[in-house]
Amino acid sequence: MTRIAVIDHGAGNLVSIAQGLERAGATITIAETPGDLAGADGVVLPGVGSTGAAMRRLEQTDFVSPLQQLDLPLLGICVGLQLFFESSDEDGASCLGLMKGRVEKLSAAPKLPHIGWNDLTIGRPDSLFVGIGRDAPFYFVHSFAVAPTDEAVVVATTAYGRPFVAAVRDGRRVGVQFHPERSGPDGLRVLANFVAECGEAADAA
Amino acid sequence: MLRSRVIPCLDVDHGRVVKGVNFVDLVDEGDPVELAARYAAEGADEIVYLDITASSDDRNIFLDVVNRTASEVFVPLTVGGGVRSADDMRAVLRAGADKVSVNTAAVERPDLITECAEQFGRQCVVLAVDAKRNSGSWEVYTHGGRTATGLDAIDWIREGVDRGAGEILLTSMDSDGTKNGFDTDLLRAVTDAISVPVIASGGAGTVDHCVAAVIEGGADAVLAASIFHRKEIEIDAVKAGLEAAGVAVRRV
Repeated sequence: MTRIAVIDHGAGNLVSIAQGLERAGATITIAETPGDLAGADGVVLPGVGSTGAAMRRLEQTDFVSPLQQLDLPLLGICVGLQLFFESSDEDGASCLGLMKGRVEKLSAAPKLPHIGWNDLTIGRPDSLFVGIGRDAPFYFVHSFAVAPTDEAVVVATTAYGRPFVAAVRDGRRVGVQFHPERSGPDGLRVLANFVAECGEAADAA
Repeated sequence: MLRSRVIPCLDVDHGRVVKGVNFVDLVDEGDPVELAARYAAEGADEIVYLDITASSDDRNIFLDVVNRTASEVFVPLTVGGGVRSADDMRAVLRAGADKVSVNTAAVERPDLITECAEQFGRQCVVLAVDAKRNSGSWEVYTHGGRTATGLDAIDWIREGVDRGAGEILLTSMDSDGTKNGFDTDLLRAVTDAISVPVIASGGAGTVDHCVAAVIEGGADAVLAASIFHRKEIEIDAVKAGLEAAGVAVRRV
């Protein structure tokens, strides 16, 4: 049984993420302290609200260093993905610095926040998107997006006014700007793909 | 391309979906979780729940409905009704909502919008506005449409957006329940005034009404209740109509 820890930093809906991962056969721990990560095969970092507020909560709960040193598959969702980078233009927050680059406001957007279903352009094959059709839309709700320094980490983009980065990967760290837990069957497939990756990583260890 | 959304709205009372005209003659329309799951399978892009229970004693029943829905239905869930503080909003988000709408309590205390946006982000905060025509403009009503506020709807919506509302759920009280079409003038006035998404509500009776809300009114989403509950129109029929009119939608 694959064990996945979902980090709880105090705000937002963890119900759907936990249920979506369970449907893929994972056992879920809601991690309120770094000690709750013990025994996990993979970690999900969700997030709503501003990156600054989310970062403060991670600092208060001592998650920053454990996340920086984590050697397990890590999935960042929405603000969770944004926290991977060095800093955010939203309230000037410093983030985890797992990947080089910044979080920027979506420029050229017709309306903000960008709310609704939009499609991905998958630039390179990734295990996270196995089984996902070409024009599959996913659910987004955000005003900021990541701008990686290293373009090689970009897995998928989405167009809204201009293209922005919708998914990244660097080794075991993978992040999506959309909400797989709110994106119907295709979103559940993305979560299941992550569970499979965690299971394979555990078997290989 | 961003798709226009079609959103069924479920009024929930004592843990059941109900529908009445002007909040009277409530008719039981079923179990919310079952109905939400059916709508998600039929292509609903989002589900809206409004807690219309008068008694706060039933709040836990409602939060349990939200929780069960989030566990079984994997499309976005917006929840409104009874949110008077940031703590109330946190409880709804923790139960499994993605966005929370505020209406009367925000008019009574506009700082509520600011506080919720600061704590949870503006993308979570939906300002619901019930507006009624009043000699060339629209007036805001609260308490389920029973109380006139004297506020101009466009001014109030602008203030709400400035305070951090990330989306507007705009109901025309003149059209609500008539099935004679959305108030596209109201929609256009609002969508021209602000640059956050607007959900059109009140008056959906045909597919063409929904198309007009998007094309003439500039709405980003159309919301309806009874036409979906009573299977008068299928969600996918609305999407097919929008698609035929050149509007991008998500078909399932």
